[in-house]
Amino acid sequence: MSTTVLEIENLVTEFPMRRGIFRAVDDVSLTLEAGKTLCVVGESGSGKSVTARSVLQIVDPPGRIVSGRILLHRHRTKRTRGEEETIDLAGLPPRGDFMRAIRGRDVAMIFQEPMSALSPVHTIGSQIVEAIRLHETVSKKAAWVRAVELLSQVEIPQPEVAARRYTFEYSGGMRQRAMIAMAIACNPSVLIADEPTTALDVTIQAEILELLKKLQAENDMAMMFITHDMGVVAEIADHVVVMHNGKLVERGAPIEIFERPKEPYTQRLLAAVKALDGPSQRRLAMRAARAAGEPVLDVDSLKKSFYFTGGFLGLKKNEFIAVDGVSLQLRAGETLGIVGESGSGKTTLGRCIEGVQRPTDGKVLFTNRDGDVTDLAPLKEAQLRAAWREIRMIFQDPYSSLNPRMTVGQIVGEPLYLTGAKGAPLRRRVAELLELVGLPASAAERYPHAFSGGQRQRIGIARAIAPEPRVIIADEATSALDVSLRIQILDLLLDLQERMELAFIFISHDIAVIRYFCDRIAVMHRGKILETGETEAVCENPSHEYTRSLLSAVPVPDPRQRGMAGRFRYVEATAPAASVAP
Amino acid sequence: MAVADATSGKDEQELQLASQWRLMWWAFRRHKLAVVGGTIVLLFYFIALFCEFLSPFDPESTGARDVYHPPQMLRLIYEKEDGGWGFGPHVRAMTQKRDPFTLETTFEPDPGNLIFISFLAKGTPYKLWGIIPLERRLFTASKVGEKFFLLGADRLGRDMLSRILYGARVSMTIGLVGVAISLTLGITLGGVSGYFGGRVDAIIQRLVELILALPTIPIWLGLSASLPQDWSPLTRYFAITAILSLVGWTELARVVRGRFLALRTEDFVVAARLDGASRARVIGRHMAPAMASHIIASVTLAIPLMIIAETSLSFLGLGLQPPLISWGVLLREAQNVQSIAQAPWLFIPGIAVVVAVLSLNFLGDGMRDAADPYAQGQSA
Repeated sequence: MSTTVLEIENLVTEFPMRRGIFRAVDDVSLTLEAGKTLCVVGESGSGKSVTARSVLQIVDPPGRIVSGRILLHRHRTKRTRGEEETIDLAGLPPRGDFMRAIRGRDVAMIFQEPMSALSPVHTIGSQIVEAIRLHETVSKKAAWVRAVELLSQVEIPQPEVAARRYTFEYSGGMRQRAMIAMAIACNPSVLIADEPTTALDVTIQAEILELLKKLQAENDMAMMFITHDMGVVAEIADHVVVMHNGKLVERGAPIEIFERPKEPYTQRLLAAVKALDGPSQRRLAMRAARAAGEPVLDVDSLKKSFYFTGGFLGLKKNEFIAVDGVSLQLRAGETLGIVGESGSGKTTLGRCIEGVQRPTDGKVLFTNRDGDVTDLAPLKEAQLRAAWREIRMIFQDPYSSLNPRMTVGQIVGEPLYLTGAKGAPLRRRVAELLELVGLPASAAERYPHAFSGGQRQRIGIARAIAPEPRVIIADEATSALDVSLRIQILDLLLDLQERMELAFIFISHDIAVIRYFCDRIAVMHRGKILETGETEAVCENPSHEYTRSLLSAVPVPDPRQRGMAGRFRYVEATAPAASVAP
Repeated sequence: MAVADATSGKDEQELQLASQWRLMWWAFRRHKLAVVGGTIVLLFYFIALFCEFLSPFDPESTGARDVYHPPQMLRLIYEKEDGGWGFGPHVRAMTQKRDPFTLETTFEPDPGNLIFISFLAKGTPYKLWGIIPLERRLFTASKVGEKFFLLGADRLGRDMLSRILYGARVSMTIGLVGVAISLTLGITLGGVSGYFGGRVDAIIQRLVELILALPTIPIWLGLSASLPQDWSPLTRYFAITAILSLVGWTELARVVRGRFLALRTEDFVVAARLDGASRARVIGRHMAPAMASHIIASVTLAIPLMIIAETSLSFLGLGLQPPLISWGVLLREAQNVQSIAQAPWLFIPGIAVVVAVLSLNFLGDGMRDAADPYAQGQSA
């Protein structure tokens, strides 16, 4: 039998704007049960975070709850079992003592970015002590003992030492653990987790999910888990609600939602996720029709070190090797995926191949259109310009990669203008390029702020293909986008590959995306390539242990295959375990 | 989102086509105080440009009978000699009386004697900008030889209103000229510092810190005291601006360097390099527009500092010297207790300084807030 701890009834949260009222949450009702996890799924702007924040009345101003009830059944939790006590959180004054007493004590929240949610100037231990003493009258000493206990509960190694450390001394995963320790400090009956693993690597995400599940079982907590990742939903949800444009479109058990989605929006969302769960059929067909050609890029034992000074007065010179002897080959018309977690050096590798950063050592042999081979590694910027017309780049952030002060036409036309194109022919070519990436020709005279993230990424692609390149290096080109947009962009890239015989180096942390899009895969870890091979072969049968751990940590978007138990942990023999902070 | 917020009320189409400057203008317009400040600043510069035409009299013309003449009220309606009522701007003349025992001079109204003011009338001839000979002034006494003093007269019987209007020219432009020098120094050194980084950056930044650590007022005093006394007023004017901008450039150098460092790592700058843009084009076409608005804002905030500095130096007698007229030079007349008691209107140039500095500060604040229309959370 399940006990309902928190009920949201017909919640409406609005943001008054000058141009009218924006309804972020529109008539949403849901219930949280003790010991169960409710996943709230939706793409960006669906109102899922605002719903969560409404519960704690911490909606960013000018947002406010307009109507609806948020009932907290306090009597059904461990704390005051027996006595009937139901509180309507929506009716409480947001700044009142009563609301404050509820935050953290009955309902706790963990955020996406633990770095900004934790204080940088207090030790982790003292922050947890603070959280405990706000709600319970215990001595500082007793609270400290509790804090250390909590840290060991969230599986932080050496909790006595770790409690005296500061936020910046923790790694991303450790920070999220500390955040969780703080959230469960007062044994809350409801835990709201707003995208708690989005900023983390998959292996760390898997560990955090496991931890949350363990704590939930121990404390019989109701959990509201907000995410956009269907894999995570499949992994942990007991109930699922799907949100779209502030409305709750569908609810049900995970198996029901995943296998028999009723609403067209859910169907579309799942279709995008399912499509990413295997290689693109289109790509396979393309390869069958036309095999990859001669090598265009031959990277030979590339090395990049950064030097920084440390110690007293900067007298000590330290070296950090970001890319450590990487050798790769890229053939004409093929797609090479480089997968790795944050800090693996994959972005630096991409930038060194392109020549934006100068490699410390090694060769980048590039065969140009006429068949001449040059080593790009030692070249200066002025000498690289010819090669840069054939090797182009697509950036991760669609916002910072387009100059907000230039029109789209100027941005896309810049590489052509610099090679002498002007006037009407330039305008025609820009219109052609925009059409090629699926934008109207009229987009040329607008400024980037007129476009959404997905459209901006298309503009970035148009700029990349403008000089008819042979190689495109795409660094996390789809990570900033929602799932449904991700697939559209990948299909667009495949489309362009077919037309223009492009070769891609696709850098990503997301194995699903690489599996869909790339012919070959190179797994990168701590600056080294551990394994390369055909994507399917590597994914089905990884030969390196790290690859195995990486693959097993990826949540599968199928609630019938909950894979945490069979997860494989990779522990490096030489370096300390990956989860320990440096 | 931020863009949309800052420009509410614009329709979608217009917003999508809006350039940086238009977005900035929309953001600036919402800052009411800045708009008021901007209007006043424009008015002051207009006065500075046309002070000869706008002032009713020659600021140098003295009159022994008008020493410390108090301000006169501007009146419109008067009684005609035939008993009817007439309409026309005029003031009532005042005559100087000297107490035979104390020798104190007082001014008493002379009710029968009216001085009429006419617009665009011929007055004392003057040369606009020192080149174009003209006679007509915006307003002056109807009869040649008569004088009126709307803001009183000084120790030598010179019209304060004309002198304040002339003073606007020097005081308002010394800010501009000084900032122009600071700007050149600041952009060059800040740009070099930000673009090359490393050791060059370290040296320039230490230099900036050294200059910022120097106590400015003693330095200014020392430098201006060392100017040769026989220099012409114009040479002195430029020497003073150079001294003032010696300190002013540091702030600008920091702004420019900061923007450079921030922009250098932006993806769109890397993209421009990859597009094949030369170093000059990356800086000129891609980075400069993003910096221009910030620089303009800091310049606007630097001008009032220059005006204050000039006023202080001249007040102390170490800045500009008569016959050049600036607000600081005019305030020198109000240095002693006697003038407070006898002729409080000598402080009016001080009010002009306050209004000018406040308006420039409001304008600069508004421009700084509008400088980056793409920044997040800019809407508030």
